[in-house]
Amino acid sequence: MDKFHSLKGIAAPLPIVNIDTDMIIPKQFLKTIKRTGLGVSLFYEMRYDNDGNLIKDFVLNTSPYDQSKILVAGDNFGCGSSREHAPWSLKDFGIRSVISTSFADIFYNNCFQNGILPIVVSPENLDQLMTAAKNQIEFTIDLPKQVVKVGNHLIKFEIEEFRKERLLQGLDDIGITLGYKDKINAYEEDKKNKKPWLFKDN
Amino acid sequence: MSNQGPKTLFDKIWSEHLVGQREDGTNLLYIDRHLVHEVTSPQAFEGLKLSNRPVHRPEATIAVADHNVPTINRQNIEDPQSKIQVETLAKNTKEHGIQYFDLMDQRQGIVHIIGPEQGITQPGMTIVCGDSHTSTHGAFGALAFGIGTSEVEHVLATQTIVQNPAKNMRISVNGELPFGVNSKDLILYIIGKIGTAGGTGHVIEYAGSSIMGLSMEGRMTICNMSIEAGARAGLISPDQTTFNYIKGRPYAPGTEHWDQAVEYWSSLPSDNDANYDNEIVIESSEIDPMVTWGTSPEDVVSVKGTVPNPSSAKTENKKKSIERSLEYMGLKPGTKITDIKLDKIFIGSCTNGRIEDLRKVASIVKDKKIASHVQAMIVPGSGLVKKQAEEEGIDKILKDAGFEWREAGCSMCLGMNPDQLKPGERCASTSNRNFEGRQGRGGRTHLMSPELAAASAITGNISDIRDFT
Repeated sequence: MDKFHSLKGIAAPLPIVNIDTDMIIPKQFLKTIKRTGLGVSLFYEMRYDNDGNLIKDFVLNTSPYDQSKILVAGDNFGCGSSREHAPWSLKDFGIRSVISTSFADIFYNNCFQNGILPIVVSPENLDQLMTAAKNQIEFTIDLPKQVVKVGNHLIKFEIEEFRKERLLQGLDDIGITLGYKDKINAYEEDKKNKKPWLFKDN
Repeated sequence: MSNQGPKTLFDKIWSEHLVGQREDGTNLLYIDRHLVHEVTSPQAFEGLKLSNRPVHRPEATIAVADHNVPTINRQNIEDPQSKIQVETLAKNTKEHGIQYFDLMDQRQGIVHIIGPEQGITQPGMTIVCGDSHTSTHGAFGALAFGIGTSEVEHVLATQTIVQNPAKNMRISVNGELPFGVNSKDLILYIIGKIGTAGGTGHVIEYAGSSIMGLSMEGRMTICNMSIEAGARAGLISPDQTTFNYIKGRPYAPGTEHWDQAVEYWSSLPSDNDANYDNEIVIESSEIDPMVTWGTSPEDVVSVKGTVPNPSSAKTENKKKSIERSLEYMGLKPGTKITDIKLDKIFIGSCTNGRIEDLRKVASIVKDKKIASHVQAMIVPGSGLVKKQAEEEGIDKILKDAGFEWREAGCSMCLGMNPDQLKPGERCASTSNRNFEGRQGRGGRTHLMSPELAAASAITGNISDIRDFT
C-alpha cells in the first residue's frame, strides 16, 4: 500500500453534508474488475452533464482545484454503500486526504486501506478550513505531527496509533494478520469442539 | 470492555470471536460466515492471486450474483461489463472451491435474502459481506456488517477481520404498533429521529415489545436499514421466533446439534443490567406511516405531513441541504405528501423483497388496477421467494393488477442493471436509499413500506394505507 507522510497543496472545498458513496462514484462505474481508472468518473453526476460534458463551475473542474490532493467536505462524508470504489476513485483522481467533521465508518476504514488520510475536525475548524480552501490558501498536512497547517493556523487532529503507523509505513494488513495464523488455527480447533454446528461445513 | 460484569448481546458475540490482539494493538475478530457477490469481490480475488495467497476456509464463504443481474431474459446478460463481472465470480469461486449459487439456481437471489432463507445466518455468528446492508443479518442476533473490498480479501485470506469494538446503543420501541404502521415505518422513523450519522461508531440493539413482536422478516427490515442511521450493525436478541424460523432450513444446525445450538443462542440476549453508551426509548403510538421527501433517508415525514420549508431549518447548513434536496426532488415546501404524483413503483430489495412483503402488496392490490400513468414492478428477493409467491397465486394477483413480475435481484434499488429511473421520474420505492441518482440519474425516490407503495400504485399518488379501501 502507498505510504502517507505529509501533503502540501490547495484544497478543494465541497460544502455539502452527507456526501454519499453514490455521489462519489455512481453505480455504473462499479462494473469494473480493476481498482484503477475510476478518477475520471469521480463525482460523475456533479462533474458532467447529461451529454458527458464537463460542468464548468463544479469545483473539481476548475483550476487550481482540478489538481487538488485534499478535499474539504461537509459532515458525514462517505455515508451509504461499502463500495471501496469510492476511495479508489478519489485516489485515482489524486485526492490523498479528505477533511470533514465526521465520516461514515466503512468509508473511513476503506480510506486507510488505500493510503488516503481522512481527517476529523471540529465544526469551527471545518468552517475555517472551508474558507481557506475557497481562498486558495495552501494547506500542509503533517501526519507524524498530526496537524493541518493553513497560513498561521495550526489545527491538531486525532488518529488511532495503529492507523497512523499503517499509513506512515504503507503496511500490508493481510501480511501482518497471516503472522498470527497459528492463533487463528487454534481458535478454529477450539470452536470445532465447543460449537460443532458452526463447522458443519457445507 | 471488561470480561466481568453484565454484557450486551454485542459484547458477548465480540468476546466469543476474539482471536487475539496484534502487536499494533488491534483486535483480530474471527468471521464465521462470509457472503460474497460479484461487484465488490473481483479485486479481492485478484489481490489474492497477485500475492499468491489461498482462501483460508472456503467452506465458510457463500457466493451469489445479485447486484448486476437482469430481472428479465437472464440467460443472456447484454451489458458486457456486467457479464464479465458475473462470469468472474463464477470463475473465482470455482477456482477456490467456494459454494456459488448461479443465475439458473432457484436459490439465487439478493445476498441478504438468501443468507437467512438458507439458514446460513444464525444467532451469535459473525457475518461479513462487501455490502453495507449486511446489517440485515443482525435480526438473528448475529454480528453482521459491511466491509470494503480490501477487507473482503483479508477475510478470504485469514477468516478474520481487524476491528476495534463498537459502542453500544439501544433503541427500544414499546407498545402495540398502530394500524397501518409496520417495520419499515419504524426504521424510517428512527432514522429521522437520530439522523444518518446518529449511529456512527455504534452497534444499535433494537429492543422493546414492538420490535420483539415483529416476525423475522420485519426484524430484518429494521436491521437492514441500520446502516442508513450510520451504525456499524443492527442487532436483535434471538428468541423463540428466531429459532422457529431457522429450524429445518438447509444450512441450519441438524438434529444432532440443534439442542446444543439453541442452548447457546438462548444465552446471547443482553444481560438485564448491561450498560449502553446511548439509549433511546420510543413509544410506537407516536409513529405514523412514514415517507421520505428528500435525498437522504433521514428526510422523513409522516404520510399525513407536508414537504418541509427550508426557512424552518435550525442551522444554515441544514437549510442549504433542504434546498438542495427540494431542487433535486422537484418539490415545493408545504406540498402535501399525498398530493405527490408518481411515475413508477418499485417493490423489492433486501429491505422489502421477502414473501411477507409480497403477500401484503397482493392483499392490497387484489382485484384492483394500478393507476394508468404509473409503471409498477415487483422484484422478488430470491428465486425461492418468487417460487413461493407463484405457488400462493400472488404473481397472478399482481400481474392482473398491472404489475410487472420479475426475476430475483437487487434491480432498481441501485439500478446497476437495466432497471433504472429516467431523469425526473418519481418513484415510490420499498428500498433503502433515496440518494441523488441512486435509482437512475435524475431519478426521484420516495422510500416507504410495501403497504404504502401498493396503495400508491393504485391511486398513482403517494397514499396513506389507512385511507385506502
